[in-house]
Amino acid sequence: MAKKKADAPAGSTAGATDPSTRAELLRSMLLQRRFEERCAEAYALGRIGGFCHLYIGQEACGTGVISMLRPDDYVITTYRDHGQALARGITPRAVMAELFGRSDGCVRGKGGSMHLFDRATNFLGGHGIVGGHVPIGTGVGFAIKYRGGDQACACFMGESVVNTGAFHEALNMAGLWKLPVVYIIENNRYGMGTALERASAIHDIYQRGAAYDMPRGVVDGQDVLAVRQAMGEALHRARTESMPTLLEVRTYRFMGHSMSDAVSGTYRSKQELEEYMQRDPINVLRQHMESLGEIDDARMAAMDDEVRAVVQDAWDFAEASPEPALESLYEDVLVETTT
Amino acid sequence: MPIITYRDALNQALREEMQRDDRVFLMGEEVAVYQGAYKVSKGLLQEFGEMRVVDTPITELGFAGVGVGAAMVGLRPVIEFMTWNFALLAIDQVVNAAAKMLYMSGGQYPMPMVFRGPNGAALQLSAQHSQAWESWLAHIPGLKVVSPGTPYDAKGLLKAAIRDDNPVVFFEGEMMYNHKGEVPDGEYIVPIGKADLKREGAHCTLVTYGKSVPLALQVADTMAKDGIELDVLDLRTIRPLDTEALATSVRKTNRVVVLEEGWEFCGVGAQIVDYCQRDCFDDLDAPVVRVHQADVPMPYAKNIEKAAKPDLAKTVAAVRKVMYLD
Ligand SMILES: Cc1ncc(C[n+]2csc(CCOP(=O)(O)OP(=O)(O)O)c2C)c(N)n1
Ligand SMILES: [Mg+2]
Repeated sequence: MAKKKADAPAGSTAGATDPSTRAELLRSMLLQRRFEERCAEAYALGRIGGFCHLYIGQEACGTGVISMLRPDDYVITTYRDHGQALARGITPRAVMAELFGRSDGCVRGKGGSMHLFDRATNFLGGHGIVGGHVPIGTGVGFAIKYRGGDQACACFMGESVVNTGAFHEALNMAGLWKLPVVYIIENNRYGMGTALERASAIHDIYQRGAAYDMPRGVVDGQDVLAVRQAMGEALHRARTESMPTLLEVRTYRFMGHSMSDAVSGTYRSKQELEEYMQRDPINVLRQHMESLGEIDDARMAAMDDEVRAVVQDAWDFAEASPEPALESLYEDVLVETTT
Repeated sequence: MPIITYRDALNQALREEMQRDDRVFLMGEEVAVYQGAYKVSKGLLQEFGEMRVVDTPITELGFAGVGVGAAMVGLRPVIEFMTWNFALLAIDQVVNAAAKMLYMSGGQYPMPMVFRGPNGAALQLSAQHSQAWESWLAHIPGLKVVSPGTPYDAKGLLKAAIRDDNPVVFFEGEMMYNHKGEVPDGEYIVPIGKADLKREGAHCTLVTYGKSVPLALQVADTMAKDGIELDVLDLRTIRPLDTEALATSVRKTNRVVVLEEGWEFCGVGAQIVDYCQRDCFDDLDAPVVRVHQADVPMPYAKNIEKAAKPDLAKTVAAVRKVMYLD
């Protein structure tokens, strides 16, 4: 769905939507939500192992950003990557099979939850080392500029990343060399159990962009249309002026940091959680669409049934997919050189 | 004797050393409010306050350097890495600063500090989160490298590491934290640089350390049923290595298997093989065999992850091989 946006008008009205786009956005977010809910279930059943970081509560960020991209743009992100992978168009089957550690997974069972990749959709991976992928995003921007053209790279990260050295190095180069990268900070207020205010000397973190003379902004991350608007402006700058942007998207994670962590506890109260859950990104869009007469309970229920069936199909597919062959253990370490 | 977990043993060591010496402080990600990513520092914030139990941003290079600076001017930092995979970001401070400061300063600036955290693979964490780094750090002159395999050793060695006036790299294991064992009440130290014969047997020496110790003991139990008795030599310290204990055991058994979690190439086992051929060439009845991780990044899927890791069957097969039993 994201990939159809090639004809989106450039400029500041780029985020504007029509009824069918809004319906697509709603469906995409709902699919991600239902997918993640089933992941939690699969994790509890031991079908999914390792670290598993869910996207519930943050769907509007990835959906808004990715819906503005063209198929030839690039996406790079963190370990919290299921929702973005789906938004970019990796099939629920390929993602679920990966999470189940099966050979039909999008990286053949090698990576799991934290390392979803897909060459076909220019999805350059979920990365597990905090901050590590940000210079890589800058490198993608460098390559775009090097080759010419007006592609862009969307580089997602959590707000804790701004405190890593890699972030500073990467954004400085992007500012210095004017690279077409949009750095999207999904500020969900916590890195594991550490609140932003306990980790960063400044709290309006988009202002970090000032240090690199980089255009910057902050947007409501629960409002997918607002995210689209901001992303549209950033993309316009990237495509027409080869300029980077630092975009802070304020959101909240409704689950624990990963499936092994408590949802609330020592670091945030249940009350705070419940307050933030009032602004569920799916409901925010739904209410907007209701006010426009574009959706009602019956159509919402039908959409929900449809995405639930898609997720069930992904689960069934993953379960039926074979485990990786033992020989595959030794494959993909190095590639055969052909040049 | 009380039976406690490896986690609690480390916690006791930290608490006792912080009570004993107010220059000792703990710094790292989630060590304070969250009580430790793996709860090793549980209760320490409450007991010692936020000046001595310090939560950091995700900034490994930065806080490792803060530790080095504090050590230069008189404090005794314990720097916790959430895992050693993330410590790679700080390796410049460990290798280029901590390990060299004394030498570069002509002996003026010792580095009494500890870098610690879990090392090696847990379960299905895949490539970036499942790595054993001890051979990398053991490569560096100027560091001591320790890797306890039991709660008793964990406590005694951490206390020794904190009291050591040199930088000590301390490898724990995520899969070890719940491991239980006897730990006496009261004060004791396990000296750095001393191996421990965890089990005695005449037929073959099984050299190991850290997380592989419980596995090695299991191998010894299994093989004892067939009348094969193993010397299980737990190195405990990888650098400086207790070559004397190694030679003593090898001269007795004449056969050696080395079991480690990490990769083969330039691994700790390669160094053990070198000491064996140097010191015990005439005592060896068979080439030394090594058991280690497959020479690939760690995959996610259960079946191939299992195939990549050393295990009971692979280690038993290695012992049988050096004993020419097959
Ligand atoms: C360099 C490094 N240090 C520590 C970790 C462990 N870790 C994984 S995620 C995380 C929190 C990151 O928070 P944030 O960037 O805000 O992203 P969020 O999880 O909230 O999406 C930490 C500390 C890591 N993966 N990499
Ligand atoms: Mg966060």
